[in-house]
Amino acid sequence: MAFVIGIFFSIGTYLILTKSLLRIILGTSIIGHGALLLLLTMGGLKQGGAPLLGAEAAPYADPLPQALILTAIVINFGTTAFFLVLAYRAYQEFKSDDMKKLRGPEHE
Amino acid sequence: MKINDVILQTVTKIVTFIILTFAIYLFFAGHHNPGGGFIGGLVISSALILMLLAFDIETVTQTLPINYKVITGLGVLVSLFTGMASFVFHVPFLSQAHLHFYMPIVNEEINIATTIIFEIGVAMAVVGTTMTVIVSISRNKGDEE
Amino acid sequence: MNNIVILPIVIPFLTGALLVLFPKYVMIQRLLSVLSFLAVMGTAVHLLQQVGGEGIQILNLGGWEAPFGIVLVADTFSLLLVITSCIVALGCLIYSFQSIEWERERFYYYAFIQFLITGVNGSFLTGDIFNLFVFFEVMLLASYVLLSLGGLKKQLRAGIMYVLINIVSSMLFIVAVAYLYAVTGTLNMAHLSVRVAEAGQPDLLTAIALLFLVIFAVKSALLFFYWLPESYSAPPTAISALFAGLLTKVGVYAIFRMFTLIFYHEPGITHSVIAWMAGLTMILGSIGAVAYGNIQKVLAYNIVIAIGFIVIGIAVFQEAALTGAIYYLIHDMVVKTLLFLLGGAMVGLVGTYQLKEMSGMIRNHPYLGWMFFIASFALVGVPPLSGFFGKLLVLQGTLETQFYVLGVIGLLSSLAVLYSTMKIFMNGFWGENQLSKEDEKTSTHGLLLPCTLLICVSLFLGIGVEWVNPYVAAAASDLMNPAVYIEAVLGPA
Repeated sequence: MAFVIGIFFSIGTYLILTKSLLRIILGTSIIGHGALLLLLTMGGLKQGGAPLLGAEAAPYADPLPQALILTAIVINFGTTAFFLVLAYRAYQEFKSDDMKKLRGPEHE
Repeated sequence: MKINDVILQTVTKIVTFIILTFAIYLFFAGHHNPGGGFIGGLVISSALILMLLAFDIETVTQTLPINYKVITGLGVLVSLFTGMASFVFHVPFLSQAHLHFYMPIVNEEINIATTIIFEIGVAMAVVGTTMTVIVSISRNKGDEE
Repeated sequence: MNNIVILPIVIPFLTGALLVLFPKYVMIQRLLSVLSFLAVMGTAVHLLQQVGGEGIQILNLGGWEAPFGIVLVADTFSLLLVITSCIVALGCLIYSFQSIEWERERFYYYAFIQFLITGVNGSFLTGDIFNLFVFFEVMLLASYVLLSLGGLKKQLRAGIMYVLINIVSSMLFIVAVAYLYAVTGTLNMAHLSVRVAEAGQPDLLTAIALLFLVIFAVKSALLFFYWLPESYSAPPTAISALFAGLLTKVGVYAIFRMFTLIFYHEPGITHSVIAWMAGLTMILGSIGAVAYGNIQKVLAYNIVIAIGFIVIGIAVFQEAALTGAIYYLIHDMVVKTLLFLLGGAMVGLVGTYQLKEMSGMIRNHPYLGWMFFIASFALVGVPPLSGFFGKLLVLQGTLETQFYVLGVIGLLSSLAVLYSTMKIFMNGFWGENQLSKEDEKTSTHGLLLPCTLLICVSLFLGIGVEWVNPYVAAAASDLMNPAVYIEAVLGPA
């Protein structure tokens, strides 16, 4: 898992550092997934039943990281959606998704 | 160029109902099993998005003239008011209570928690937000949220 | 159990959701927004009195007991900040009645302000780190929308940078939470404090503490402030004033909470890092404030200086200094918002941000000019005004704990603040009056009322020190004794 998370973070960082806005957004969402996986791993990967009343397993897995991840996914979803809309607006306005062209005049 | 999407449209007409039924199942499974308002809401909005894909946005807004932002607001209100009920009963915020029902037709004892009202609110909020975002992007006008 | 603790979060949230339902009726929206803030302020004052009488108030959400469920904690510190943020928000709200364009008003402007306050109050009141993250995100999402509402080119550009930086730091937040959970097995702040104290804060936990420090430093513009001037000068005045008063301060609150309640065992490492950051922040902020000739940039760098100054209080980690820092924090929220509003009014009149292009406004707008004068003196800390007492205590703390360098930097930064605000005052209000009444772009009609409100609060904070100080001192002593907080949340050990 640690390797997977590492790969996610490095890809995400690479994408964020590129010029294209769309890639930056993809990068943030990949880093986001890396962070969520890290949360899951750090909560401890154990063998155990799903923490549900219906599943009758003797040892249950720790439900807390899962609850946290669900919340974090919802938040990620919201921010990514907003970021996409923002990027789309910026694309309409500037006719480009190149970060260098978005920078504009230094002193306005 | 006119795209021939008869197959997609025909399939959509049937599949939408299957998805919606599944959404309702998921919604009620929520208390002790995987499911609940959030997932139910997402599945409902996936059905709506499928309709958007198969037909165009004008047709869908004609048949379903819903303002999704209002749905979001209503959903949040419903959820919050179930929480606020705790002020009346003097229990901690967001406490839940159970109701036991006897359903005559299926001959089964069923068990409903007050959480279900909260979940209805969550589902409405989720459908509202998702659809607002999708519709505003796809409408090409791009007004934010 | 005290259900009232949830009200400062629920009231704005409820109002926001209600406002989404009818965006067209602007008058009702305004009325409801004002009522909501007044209601929150009322409950917060009520809670403050309860806390004074019965100790810290808590609420276990859904009836789940503290280390397992989500808990809300209202102590003096957080309630003071809730009250202040309501005052600030009220000021900005009334200001925006006149200054915000009609299209923005109809586009859920007031609803998002309510959501922003929901997030801010939630961050102040929560007693759980993950919940802190959630409320941070609520606040940030609302701020993203407010920042880019209107969609001007400048706003979009600043918005993209702002959103990107905050998303990345939020991801780091999740990572830090994950590490913390792996090491301690809990996320409840009081429980964390107990666990960390039991373990004696080994190096691993100190490293996590530094990670948290970096995250909150990005959010509160401590040292990592490069995003702030750009994004705070993009949106309309009322919004940037609201941001100036609230957003960074929530990050400061988080630093205060984390490093007094949880990670207070290794001050040699964590708190000296904070001290370094505070010093550097003040120096760099001063340079920025002195260098720019654009009103909003100058004011934005003043935020940065103030953040550095407030954080000294936590760096020296001593009760008097902490009291001073809290006092200065409250004062800064009010006065910084006020300065942004006044600056915005000036910009509105002249139609340019450049100081060089304005002069002599005192002839037509004496009231505006003198308010700016008083506000900037309050910011610097001239005795009868509100900044003085906080600065005095902080500096006294640095001297007592032999952080002389920090003290000197703090004093010098005050000079920079004085210079930069006087630069605005002299350029803007003195000299030849080039602007006749007819040439003015907008009127100050309706803009002066909220400024007067805020300046009264500021004067009250300055002159009524005797009255306010017991609360602030109580907040500081609670912060210095984490046992009080722990006992309130987890029950007597």
